[in-house]
Parts: sequence; C-alpha cells; structure tokens
Amino acid sequence: MTDTTEASDASAETKSGQQDLGLIGKFLKGTEIDTRLLGMFGALALIWFGFHIYGAVFNGFGAMLTPRNLWNLSVQTSSIGIMATGMVLVIVTRHIDLSVGALLGVTGMTMGIVQVEILPQYLGLGHPLIWIVTATIGILMGMTIGAFHGWLIAYRGIPAFIVTLGGLLVWRGAAFLANNGKTISPVDSTFQLLGGGPYGTIGATGSWVVGIIVCIAIVWMMVSSRRSRQRHGFAQRPIWGELTVGGTSCALVIGSVLLVNSYPWPRGIVNQYAAANNITVPPEGLFISHGFAIPVLILVVVGVLMTILVKRTRFGRNVFAIGGNPEAAELAGINVKWMTMRIFMLMGSLAGLAAVVASARLNSATNALGLLDELYVIAAAVIGGTSLAGGIGTIYGAILGALVMQSLQSGMVLIGFDTSVQQIVVGSVLVLAVYLDNLYRKNVK
Amino acid sequence: MTDLRSGTPLVEMRNISIAFGGIRAVDGVSLDLYAGEVVGLLGHNGAGKSTLIKCLSGAYQADSGEFWIEGKKAQITSPRDSRNLNIETIYQTLALADNLDAASNLFLGRELTTRFGFLDDASMEAETRRIMAQLNPNFKKFKEPVSALSGGQRQSVAIARAVYFNARILIMDEPTAALGVHETEMVADLIKELKNQGLGIFLISHDTREMMDLCDRVAVMKNGQLIGNERVEDVTEDDILSMIIMGKNPKKQQN
Repeated sequence: MTDTTEASDASAETKSGQQDLGLIGKFLKGTEIDTRLLGMFGALALIWFGFHIYGAVFNGFGAMLTPRNLWNLSVQTSSIGIMATGMVLVIVTRHIDLSVGALLGVTGMTMGIVQVEILPQYLGLGHPLIWIVTATIGILMGMTIGAFHGWLIAYRGIPAFIVTLGGLLVWRGAAFLANNGKTISPVDSTFQLLGGGPYGTIGATGSWVVGIIVCIAIVWMMVSSRRSRQRHGFAQRPIWGELTVGGTSCALVIGSVLLVNSYPWPRGIVNQYAAANNITVPPEGLFISHGFAIPVLILVVVGVLMTILVKRTRFGRNVFAIGGNPEAAELAGINVKWMTMRIFMLMGSLAGLAAVVASARLNSATNALGLLDELYVIAAAVIGGTSLAGGIGTIYGAILGALVMQSLQSGMVLIGFDTSVQQIVVGSVLVLAVYLDNLYRKNVK
Repeated sequence: MTDLRSGTPLVEMRNISIAFGGIRAVDGVSLDLYAGEVVGLLGHNGAGKSTLIKCLSGAYQADSGEFWIEGKKAQITSPRDSRNLNIETIYQTLALADNLDAASNLFLGRELTTRFGFLDDASMEAETRRIMAQLNPNFKKFKEPVSALSGGQRQSVAIARAVYFNARILIMDEPTAALGVHETEMVADLIKELKNQGLGIFLISHDTREMMDLCDRVAVMKNGQLIGNERVEDVTEDDILSMIIMGKNPKKQQN
C-alpha cells in the first residue's frame, strides 16, 4: 500500500506526462521490473498455492507449502537450473542442445567409475581429494564433448539439432557401456555433500551469513548502478522505485533463509550426529536446521556468474548480437564460429557440473541419470522467456523457469498424480507457456 | 579545381574477380579511391557493385586480384581485417542486431570495457549520445532495441557506427534508400563534411542525379565488369545512363 501512495506522490512531483500510465504502469516504470518476471512469480504462486489448497481440501493435508517440501524443491531444481542457464545462450544463438541429458548421464557415469573404482586405488578410500578430482574430470569431460559438438556445428556446418540429436543417442549408449549398465553406489562421502542431503547443507548460521552477504551485494549493486547513471547524467530510477526493488529482493532472500532454517534434520540423523559428536539429545529432541543445501548454492553461484557473463562481458554481448542477426555479427568482426563452439563448450561444462549435483544427490551413478532432462532444461529456458527465434533470454528467467517446472512436477507427485498424468500436464504447460509468451510479445510491441 | 588524384591512392583494387557457382559476379575490376574523394558506383541490380564492395569490406573473399591500402598490399579475408585497415562499411541491409540498443550496435565487436574487462555500458551510451547529437539531434530512443526504431533512425545508427571509429575509407551501400527527403539531405551534408575531412568514400546508389551532385567520379558496372570510370565534370547524366543501360562508354567511343 505504501508503495502505491509513494508512486502517486512521485509522479505528482514530476508531472512528466505520465498521467496515462495508470497506477500499475507507473509502478512498473518506476521500479523498471520486467513484467515477464512478475508473470513468472504469479505462475509460481498459482502452482504453489493451488497444489497446497488442493492437497488440503482433497487429501486432508497441504504438503506443498511446507519448509520440507520447499527445501526439497530447491534441491531438485538445482541440476536442471544449472543446465538451463547454459541452454539460454544456446537458444539465444538460434541453436538447440538435445544432448544435455545424455551428457549428464555419461559424465555422471564416468565420475562414478573414477571416484569409486579408480581414485581409491591411488589415493585410498575416502581421501579428501577424491571429490574435487572427480568433479573436475566430470566438468572437463562435459566441456570436451561440448567442444566436439560445437566444432561439428560451427566448423562442419551440421545443424545443432542433428548433432545433438545424434549426441543424445550416442552418449546415452556410452553411459550404458561405460559400466555395462550396472549402477555405481554409493559415491564418495565428500562428493555426496555436493548433492544436498542433511549433511550437504550449511546450517542455520551459514545460511544467515549467505543471506546477509547477498543482501549487501544487492544494495551495493543498486547504489553503484545509481552512481554510474548519475555520473553520466542519465535518468534515475525514482527513490521509491529503488526502495521497492531493493526491499523486495532482500525480503525474498531473508524469507528463504528463514524458510530453510525452519526445516530441521530428521530425528534419525540428529541421533546419528549426536552420537558421533558426544552430544546428549534432550527428550524433546534437538532442533538442527538444514539451512541452504550446497547444490542450491552451486546453482546461485552459477546463476550469478552466468548473469555477469551475459550482461557485463563482450562474450555475452556478442552472444546476443549473434542471436539478433548472425550476419551483422559476422560483419561486425565477431568470430561467429568460434563463439558458437565456445557456447557449446560452456553448455557441456554446465552439463558436467549438473551431473556432479545429480549423481551426488542420488548417491549413485546410473545409466539412466538425466533421462529426459534435455526436455526439462529446454522447457525451463523457454518458460523463462528465452525466444526460440533467437536474441532474447535471461539467466534468472531460465532458473525461475526450472523452478516452475519442478514445482509443477513436485506438486503433482504430492497430490498423487500418475506419472502419465504428470507427463500430459508438463507437456501441455510447455505449449501453453510458449503461446502466452507469443501473446505477451505481440502486446509489448 | 584541384586534382584530387595525386599521390598514393587510399584504395587501389587491382583486377578483382569473384564468382558464385560459375557466375562471374565481379570480373577483373580495377578501381582506385583517393583521400577526400567520393567515388560513385553505379549499375543495375546484379551488376556487381555490392559484391565488389563486399570484397573490400571483407564480407566476401575475392577469388583473385589485389588490394592496396595507402600504398601497402593488404590481405582482406574477414570483416575484422577490413576494420583494422580503417575501412568502415554501411551495408544496404544496415547489419544491425535488432534485439540490441543503439549503443550496443554502435560498439558491436568493439565494445568499450572497464579496466576489469567488463562492458562499460554507461560510457558506450554516453558516447552514443554524443555522436548522435551531431548526426541526428532528434534521436532519443537510446534504451530501446533498434527494432523499435524508424528506418531513418536505424540508418543513423548504422552511419554513426561507420563514422565513430575514425575511418579513413568509408563504404556506403545505398545509404539513403530508406530515408525521407529531409534525412537524405542530412546524409548528403554528412558526406560532404567527411569528404572535407579527407576521407575517401565509395558510394553506391541508383539515383543518378544524387550521384552527379555528391561524387567526384562515377564508376559504372554492368555484368560484373567496369564499363566506365569518369570524372563527373566530363560526363552528362545521359552518358551515365547509357553506360548503365547499354554497357557502352560513349566517351571512349568518341576518342
């Protein structure tokens, strides 16, 4: 409410022909919020509350909006979200990568073999270096395969659709052959932490530290952007707009800290932990918070780095130029082929990283790891506003898109929909989302 | 009238040829350009004007022939080479990335960065505002993607990109095709000003009258070959038309 009154005050002061915008228009102009972002938050709220209420009414228990489920949701989103950030660049440059799920499978399988069968022979079981060597190998392997795909696409002129469709089959087959279809489990105990689970979290204090650092970063970015605009004499965002955006962002961050801290470890884990650390558990039980899961933090770091790459570097700018007009990019002296190859290398690396998270979360490497992930990743990017025509897309959109997809999936599991029904719903939602996106774009223009 | 054609030419194209699938789009064309000179390229659609120019700008690679830039033999195998030789091109299609704003397009491939290597968007926008204030004072849409701009505004972005980087040689492929009367005049004034600053300009256009006004020399092409290369004072509009249509140079026949 205070926002709207401030909004009218501000516009009354400026009186710069904004009368025809209306309150909502003024709010959007002042805060410079992407309407698509609001739409996605709306969709998310609809899904969350919808499933919660459905569960409460028909099953007698709304499981959707519990700390436990939302925490799980955040972990489940990580692997798809990590890959979706790379898929944005691929789709923005008018390509597609259908092989990310198979890539995840083959790198996950390779990492399983490396950490369970090869490294312990040399380093000894449970050696602290195992996880990092394994993860590095997985990411490098993803990058190498991505480079090969990118080379075929850029320098041999084979359409990305075909190269990665072939890759989908080839690497899925390779994942099976790697260990003759046998599942590798359990994985290295440190590696396992990268997938979340009660021990793979940073606890209540750690979460507060992360939350506060993020809030400080948000404020710092807003201040420095304002200074930069001031220095060059560009139009400023009104103060109330800055406050609204900054306040909402920080509130979301603090809210999520409170959320993950209100989900305690299960009793079995607490007892195990207490026994290991010589703590006596009081009869009413110990409340030990999960806090943020490590895979979620990985996703956040990937999201931030990818956003910087896209928004603040020449590489990112050139990616979007290629997407907008490949010919113009070439004429502007951009090496489009090398860029294309690098984009697929990046996508491959991210698939390798996602494989780390996914196999660590399952505590096993199976040849079916990442099956159909390519579709969820593409859907996440597209729902997040990445245009298949190229040139348009955002990293945060793709991550939110992954969260929307995962929420839908998780919500249907909670209220007991069949897998077949889930597939029908997810497929329909994807088509509907793209249709709505088309309508949105037409209206904006 | 001072003779412009003295000293080393800025550009010398010698026997340039390029073929696409058996069609000789440019067939042994030699043409030069001096500092402070505007050379008009005329001819029907498909005569090879744009193709010749694209060889110089690096968009195409000539099959044979040599480029000499300011007296030195130059290898032009990509648009980057051409830009490094201070050759800037305004393409007929404008070659703008429609999804990006004016500043991003102006600095495309040559983005300004901060000392940490990140994009310096604020400086790029400030520079864009500065040059646009000179070229097209009415230009206000700095934040919108260029797809939201009018034909004339898009054209001015493309022109700004070509003149911003201190080009020595400017190639303008139909720079006024999409413009209204007023904007066409602005481009004509700009060409005159750049010429006075000592740039060499290749100008492609279909408008013979306009070419007679702006150019020092006209070169006429037909079927990939150079038909005539005459000083504007020495020919009439009819001479040029007959070269374009008949492929014959009346001046040469008289001699």
